[in-house]
Amino acid sequence: MSPLTGIWRSLDHLERPGDGSEEMQHREFPEGASELSDEWSRRQFLKIMCASIALAGTTGCTRQPLERIVPYVRQPEEVIPGRPLYFASALTLCGFARGVLVETHEGRPTKIEGNPGHPASLGASDAFMQAELLTLYDAERSQAVIHESQVSTWDLLLGELAGAAKKWQGNGGAGLRLLTRHETSPTILDQIARLLVKYPRAKWHEYDPLATELAAPRYHLDKAEVIVSLGADFLSAGPASLKHAHDFTLARQPKSTMNRLYVVEATPTLTGAMADHRLVMRPDDLEDFARTLESGTGSKVAALIAADLHEHAGRSLVIAGECESAVVRDAARRLNQTLQNVGATVDYPAAGRNSARNLQELVTDAHAGEIDTLVIIGGNPNYDAPADFEFGTLLPKIASTIHLGLYRNETGVACRWHIPEAHELESWSDAAAFEGSATIIQPVIEPLFAGRSRHELLAALLEEPFSSSYEIVRAFWQKRHAAPDFEQFWRKALHEGVIEDRSAAAPASSPPPNPPPPRSAGLHLLIRPSAQMLDGKFSNNAWLQEFPEPMTKMVWDNAALINPATASRLKLENGEVVDLKFRGRSVRAPIWILPGQAEDCVTINIGYGRTSSGSIGNGVGFNANTLRLSDAMWGGSGLEIGKTGKHHDLVTTQQHWEMEGRDQVRVGTFAEFQRRPDAIAKSAELPPRKDETLYPNVPDNGRAWGMAIDLNTCIGCGACTVACQAENNIPVVGKEQVGRGREMHWIRIDRYYEGDPANPAIFHQPVPCMHCENAPCELVCPVAATVHSSEGLNQMIYNRCVGTRYCSNNCPYKVRRFNFLEYDENHFEKPPTRKLMRNPNVTVRSRGVMEKCTYCIQRISAVKIEAEKANRLIRDGEILPACAQACPAGAIVFGDINDPVSHVSRLKASPLNYGLLAELNTRPRTSYLAKLRNPNPELEQI
Amino acid sequence: MNAEVEEPLVASGYDSASVTQKITDIVLKCPLQRGWLGGFAFAFILLMLFNFAIAWVLSKGVGIWGVNIPVAWGFAIVNFVWWIGIGHAGTFISAILLLLHQDWRTSINRFAEAMTLFALACAGLFPLLHLGRPWVFYWLLPYPDTMDLWPQWRSALVWDVFAVGTYLTVSIIFWYIGLIPDLATMRDRAERKPVQLIYGVLSLGWRGSARHWKRFHMTYLLLAGLATPLVLSVHSVVSTDFATAIVPGWHSTIFPPYFVAGAIFSGFAMVLTLAIPIRKFYNLQDFITIRHLDNSAKVMLATALMVSYGYISEGFMSWYSDDKFEIYMTLNRMFGPYAPAYWLLIFCNVIVPQALWFKRIRTNPAALFIIALLVNVGMWTERYVIVITSLHRDFMPSAWGIFHGTRWDWMTLIGSFGLFATLFFLFLRVLPSISISEMRDLVHKKSESSK
Repeated sequence: MSPLTGIWRSLDHLERPGDGSEEMQHREFPEGASELSDEWSRRQFLKIMCASIALAGTTGCTRQPLERIVPYVRQPEEVIPGRPLYFASALTLCGFARGVLVETHEGRPTKIEGNPGHPASLGASDAFMQAELLTLYDAERSQAVIHESQVSTWDLLLGELAGAAKKWQGNGGAGLRLLTRHETSPTILDQIARLLVKYPRAKWHEYDPLATELAAPRYHLDKAEVIVSLGADFLSAGPASLKHAHDFTLARQPKSTMNRLYVVEATPTLTGAMADHRLVMRPDDLEDFARTLESGTGSKVAALIAADLHEHAGRSLVIAGECESAVVRDAARRLNQTLQNVGATVDYPAAGRNSARNLQELVTDAHAGEIDTLVIIGGNPNYDAPADFEFGTLLPKIASTIHLGLYRNETGVACRWHIPEAHELESWSDAAAFEGSATIIQPVIEPLFAGRSRHELLAALLEEPFSSSYEIVRAFWQKRHAAPDFEQFWRKALHEGVIEDRSAAAPASSPPPNPPPPRSAGLHLLIRPSAQMLDGKFSNNAWLQEFPEPMTKMVWDNAALINPATASRLKLENGEVVDLKFRGRSVRAPIWILPGQAEDCVTINIGYGRTSSGSIGNGVGFNANTLRLSDAMWGGSGLEIGKTGKHHDLVTTQQHWEMEGRDQVRVGTFAEFQRRPDAIAKSAELPPRKDETLYPNVPDNGRAWGMAIDLNTCIGCGACTVACQAENNIPVVGKEQVGRGREMHWIRIDRYYEGDPANPAIFHQPVPCMHCENAPCELVCPVAATVHSSEGLNQMIYNRCVGTRYCSNNCPYKVRRFNFLEYDENHFEKPPTRKLMRNPNVTVRSRGVMEKCTYCIQRISAVKIEAEKANRLIRDGEILPACAQACPAGAIVFGDINDPVSHVSRLKASPLNYGLLAELNTRPRTSYLAKLRNPNPELEQI
Repeated sequence: MNAEVEEPLVASGYDSASVTQKITDIVLKCPLQRGWLGGFAFAFILLMLFNFAIAWVLSKGVGIWGVNIPVAWGFAIVNFVWWIGIGHAGTFISAILLLLHQDWRTSINRFAEAMTLFALACAGLFPLLHLGRPWVFYWLLPYPDTMDLWPQWRSALVWDVFAVGTYLTVSIIFWYIGLIPDLATMRDRAERKPVQLIYGVLSLGWRGSARHWKRFHMTYLLLAGLATPLVLSVHSVVSTDFATAIVPGWHSTIFPPYFVAGAIFSGFAMVLTLAIPIRKFYNLQDFITIRHLDNSAKVMLATALMVSYGYISEGFMSWYSDDKFEIYMTLNRMFGPYAPAYWLLIFCNVIVPQALWFKRIRTNPAALFIIALLVNVGMWTERYVIVITSLHRDFMPSAWGIFHGTRWDWMTLIGSFGLFATLFFLFLRVLPSISISEMRDLVHKKSESSK
């Protein structure tokens, strides 16, 4: 700095800068003077000692906070302490509503369930829906309006917008751009439409990293007897997956017929695991396969499948994967038309029109300098936009950028303004389900962190006097339903959680183009959404970070999934870090060898490698979006792998994949079942008879709780695991602890392979506590901390447990979980907001205590008390453990096994019923129904 | 027995006075030696390490160890079984050999009993530290609590509490009673007032009258009778911690005798590990003679053969049972991830002791010392194999896991050597490490018989 332009203190300084006078300002004595160099003088030491001792004494005295506590003198209507209330609302996935019922305790939401009346959830839920609760209470959500990295206020933003509005009124909104996620909310769409009317030159863009034609065809899987999936994971991915799983399992029941599922895919999915025939092929081979299926000529396999489809014309269904190319999707559609499935098992609604432009246009305009204000409503394009858009370099070019988001994520950090968004459970809104019905989203709690809703921001842009989301949403619906009975309509809509008004149907967003990939012999890259993080939306959600990926059982990481043969050819091993190079871009990723993966295909999941996610999601995994290009959104050929010589520890909750010739999962074919129904489940060693004992049997009259798990319908999605975690206050323990084998999930999904590693049969088996009648855990506990209840529950008495862990050793199912450390005080459980989320009916366990599945004893007790008060019997199905309630496939059934007509008794009477390790004479109360496959006999012979 | 060709139990040329002087001088006259100081300092450092590891596990929880699900028992249980096994040799020597009139036990019984006590002190700590909530350990005891709750008697862990508690009590009393005449000797020979006072109080007014001696012998014999069944029962009960479980590799009826043999085996190894350096550094070759070493080695050989029989029978039974879980467990032990541990134990416990068939080796203190150390290692490894390999792959392959001790695990193991060694060094310094009264008896008998 020139001395003439800087600040000067004196003429001397002005003339001779840097003469040491700066230093002198900070020194006590001039240079050369003697100075005590000892930093810690005796006097100072004594002073600090005395002060610390004195202060140490005062810490004993705490002052009571001055806040007044006020009892419920006038109790709010309906709020009874200890009695939960349920509110119908909705959560969105890729913009589409899925109805939920939210359980609240004294105003605190504690559990999310599916709304049985909602067409997209049908009472079930998935891991995302369950885990949304944790996001609601995430203390790392954005908490303040940020302007230029400084805390600011909403009013200041309004001021700036008012200034800009004057300009927009002059120029018709030129330079104003709106970027949203895929929006289905009728109110939002209406607000945007009005904004575009007000400012005709403003533009609206939509970008959703998972936006696909997911919602377009509507499948009726319950009517399909033969289903061919061309790369579609319809059972577990997408906003309609719960409905699909529900319908699929209806046709999966072994009655006179059972549906048959063919899956052709490159990377194993849950749908593939359910398949009767799973064909593994690269995406470009899949295109060929789709063509041969259409023509009925070509490979023998394709011909046989085509014949099977034609045999079941009108009762079959071809589903194309959302990540597949247009070639495959068009082939599927033509096939369905040829097979006369349209109208029977599938509907193709007229493609809706949406005035939203895509991200490409936004990028082009931004480069052209045509944008001066960009309002980003939700989403995180700076993280998840295709890498070739270079979104990060784009944002600084725009004069004013405003981001509304739940988190101050990568985009929020890069924008000039960031506004904390209210969570869906905190504010009024609405949304449409995949099939068009709308749901009013009711808030169930005041915004925890002063978040603003999308409606409020849009109203501010519209300069409308509405102040709250409630008024905005209600006004919209009042306009839509301008009848005198509006109040009745409104109350019904809120109560039911669904509006049968499909005029609000949201058009599907335009799919990102995925042109046919150029053929090449090299490796093929597949980019897929994550079963844990989705697109990164859930990356700060510790439940989902620790939710075992259904195929790899991996937690707290993503990996480059590769076929065993390819791995051995390239000499790669698990955890080896490689450079993935794809069309000029590269990312470092650890390798994970996955049986059932197509050869020469590498799958990577997006949603990881976040940098501004929060302390939980930051730095977990690698960012697969780095390789995501606008012309290859789901990957393509031309991938290269370079070795780095580094290693990254990948952690899974299950280390051993084989069944070792044991028969945990018993499998047979539908044909076998029809011939000899009981041959499948009874193929293994039979359990000892009940009278083969020296001891008298415990009389079990009265109620006897039991559970049946139908392996034939279980799709292995893991919703039960997260539902159980939410219901039972199960802590998250982190990657390091899971790596040591200390995950706490009370119900786990075991995944086994059988057969050729290139294309093995894949089985999923949920394992909760078996509540054995002869429980091995009970007799080894020295302090009687685990005992049997009169209704047959194997109970764990936490406050009696001293932690010898003998019970766990003696449990052949290894379903017991131990608090090796004070998990409740760890990084994930410590935030005070987490305390609000806890289920008040379940004890939070301390260090040194064993725990395990209780069959949700708190729910049993609640129902028992109600029944006793009303002096009636407990109805079958009235008690739903969290896992059974969440299960989209209805695979978990709980009830009284002493009641011969209860659902669970009827299942246990099925010839497919068997007890896990029952030959040990544990007499498990949880039993399994053997899995059935329905293979094509002609295809089997090939 | 042709006693005339055997080595003498005590070198010639000793009378009552010289025996007394030699043993008491170690404590009363001998100045602090550099060797003792160095050894004690080293042991004390390890003890402090032990304290640190314990403090950490108490403040953080057992999660600092490597235990997990499925391997919920780890080093703590391995160490417990190992230490308690070591204790057995002391009781075996002092009680069973006394009842069997084996004179050769005389010079080694005192420190072998001390070894028992100190090993029990180490052993007793581990089950407590092992608990998830060690501060409520007393819930395992039957005491009249306000909730009317008793321990759950079907659990072998409760039997364990009683077995170990009884063993500790009887061992302390037995050892102390045996010490009384010697404490009186120490009192009489001590020159300084405070030392006289301490030994005086501890000797409970022993005057050496005939009546005293009569009652002493009677009591001692009775206690020996009480202690004898404990040698068999304690480790049998400990073995039921495993044998009553349904875990393949644990659920086995051979466990009680197999554990008792293993305990005496490892105990004698520890006796030799201690006796060989002591007789060298304190010049006690005249009292702890080659014959003692030879006899101990023979006991080791015998118990090694019993233990080997146990290993063979385990393998045979798992094949004969035709139980897929048992067969897998055995194969997994031999060829699974813990195979090195299994073969190490076979080497140390089966192959190495075969050298003891040779008298040249049995009478070579250096060779015996090395074999004893290897057997100590082997017996620890045996417990490790039993506890860990059985648990890490049991019934459900999906729940299989792996266990590795963390540094805290190793610190508690090594630290417990510190506790043991510290106590032992102190014992050598303050108490007669060889029974003076019994040695005098022996010398007297010898001189009588030579007349």
